[in-house]
Amino acid sequence: MTPTRTVTMAQALNTALRDAMREDASVHLLGEDVGRLGGVFRITDGLAAEFGEQRCLDTPLAEAGILGTAIGMAMYGLRPVVEMQFDAFAYPAMEQLVSHVAKMRNRTAGKLPLPITVRIPYGGGIGGVEHHSDSSEAYYAATPGLHVVTPATAADAYGLLRASIASDDPVVFLEPKRLYWSKADLDTTSAVEPIGRAVLRRPGRSAVLITYGPSLPVCLEAAEAAVAEGWDLAVLDLRSLVPFDDATVENVVRSVGRAVVVHESTGFGGTGAEIAARVSERCFHHLAAPVLRVTGFDIPYPAPMLEHHHLPGVDRILDAVAKLQWED
Amino acid sequence: MTMLEHRPTSPVPGWLPGATAPRTDPAPLLPDPSPVRMLGTDELKDQDPALLLDLYRRLVVGRRYNQQATTLTKQGRLAVYPSSTGQEACEVAAATVLRPGDWLFPSYRDTLAVVGRGVDPLEALTLLRGNAHTGYDPLATRTAPLCTPLATQAPHAVGLAHAARLAGDPVVALAMMGDGGTSEGDFHEALNFAAVLNAPVVFLVQNNGYAISVPLAKQSAAPTLAHKAVGYGMRGRLVDGNDVVAVHQVLAEAMEQARTGGGPTLVEALTYRLEAHTNADDATRYRGSDEVTAWQEHDPLVLMERRLRAMDLLDDATAAEASEAAETLAARMRAEFHAEPVLDPMSLFQHVYAHPTPQLLEQQHQLAAELAAEAER
Repeated sequence: MTPTRTVTMAQALNTALRDAMREDASVHLLGEDVGRLGGVFRITDGLAAEFGEQRCLDTPLAEAGILGTAIGMAMYGLRPVVEMQFDAFAYPAMEQLVSHVAKMRNRTAGKLPLPITVRIPYGGGIGGVEHHSDSSEAYYAATPGLHVVTPATAADAYGLLRASIASDDPVVFLEPKRLYWSKADLDTTSAVEPIGRAVLRRPGRSAVLITYGPSLPVCLEAAEAAVAEGWDLAVLDLRSLVPFDDATVENVVRSVGRAVVVHESTGFGGTGAEIAARVSERCFHHLAAPVLRVTGFDIPYPAPMLEHHHLPGVDRILDAVAKLQWED
Repeated sequence: MTMLEHRPTSPVPGWLPGATAPRTDPAPLLPDPSPVRMLGTDELKDQDPALLLDLYRRLVVGRRYNQQATTLTKQGRLAVYPSSTGQEACEVAAATVLRPGDWLFPSYRDTLAVVGRGVDPLEALTLLRGNAHTGYDPLATRTAPLCTPLATQAPHAVGLAHAARLAGDPVVALAMMGDGGTSEGDFHEALNFAAVLNAPVVFLVQNNGYAISVPLAKQSAAPTLAHKAVGYGMRGRLVDGNDVVAVHQVLAEAMEQARTGGGPTLVEALTYRLEAHTNADDATRYRGSDEVTAWQEHDPLVLMERRLRAMDLLDDATAAEASEAAETLAARMRAEFHAEPVLDPMSLFQHVYAHPTPQLLEQQHQLAAELAAEAER
């Protein structure tokens, strides 16, 4: 097989897990349905067959138990990769995540680092019923001790997952489930980047859309549509919320002077608020307009037949761009 | 006929085949109706005298440690101390059944077990003093940090034991919690995982009658907390938690069973905390003095001393030796805790991540500048 091939994001994630497990015997997967079934999204497809049921462990259905068990495994030298089946199903494990995974290194003065990767399919747009479409990144990003990353392309899905598994810090790895089936070229031989770097997906001189994960394709589409309005929009993919790539964000914002943060999770107290504040604090004198946010509404995730009203689409993004005080 | 005997073990009409394999005989899993006792029984004669004296000495030193730590809270030298006075038998037994390679997962009241494990008595108190979270190296003594969120360390014990077993190491994990902790979800998830994985782990519940102020009757409707094991498919054992020899014996059996592939055990030790929940608690608001007095009659230290003297294993000289060791430790605690701890503010930024984020580096520089400005003033 040539190193470069066209794959879905789901296949890229599967390849990343397989490669990591082949290279490092301490990498163990655990979660509900990850074994024989290969996960409900098939991200762990074939891994139990190749690596055995111990290294790809079907656990009882209990998220706190899954993550808590992974903590003990990590304490004994393993490198666990945990699958939480859906975003909202991860909440029972919140205490283990916040009180132990995030803090164990600190609580033990560096003696017990926990190299755990917690994979969570997140976000909406797939017609999922209640509790299957939450975007919970702000909870995780507000927890010191965790890294929080989210890929938007198949290549990043591979690279960021490899980097997350290799990281000596715990990583919450948010998989935008509506992009699982998006296809792209993947070259698994290219170097794996350390996590924490944003990447400019589209250059532009009018304004920059700062986004991540499931909102990236929407922003790229909006940028295309904006051409007709005479706007040349840059699109910046953060890829990592913690650590946050202030340097790249600052460079781009300073060069264009206008910024809109776009994400599908709720706005109040969300990551967009943090990003807008950071940009305002650092780039105030380079800004021609306030930093705006385009987010989902501040509501519980709606029923699937209404979700398209909630999720930021191209029009809402372009409306925000229109408000960027062009006549100053 | 045991009560679960009606469960089918082979396909019968209406019973769908599949991965279901119900246990056929829950009887061996059920705890004995009365707690195991060794003190005052003939079985004590078979015990190693050296072990008995060791347990006694540890009880004496442990009681003094508890008293001194409580005094230090009254002097403002410790932020808080959840005393295990009255529960020393459980603490001592837990520490003495572990082999060097085993792991202890203590909760916040288990400082004595941690010390018994070999952790420096002062380092074991940093959390409660307030100068650091975990003052000891968990790897050096195979002792997890004192855990404050209830029973959340129990699944860690399961995971570690499971990983050790995968590695082929003869390691057993012992997780300790109180009666209140058995109501937490993590307790139940840990027991279920342990049984399903057949992990070499032992759970020790110190049932001291109260979760702060809430009595056991309002905590659980089970006949005993040890019964909770049966539903998960593991053995439950009930033991007199104030009988140090009995706790040692029951835990040692459970550890051996786990070590040899026999799976996990839940041990409930019936005990009583003679002090309040912590120094910040007023126990007179929720329990009467009659009850406390009755338990004082059943003090683990008194029981053990009385028995060893009756057996002519303990004389005044040995008792004085133990008492002297206890006073030496207490004096060391006073000396150390009356000195102000040396703290480094810059340590705030250590050990948050393997490599600090750019954001943390900025904040670190900010604090360094604040400290420099302070020093100049």
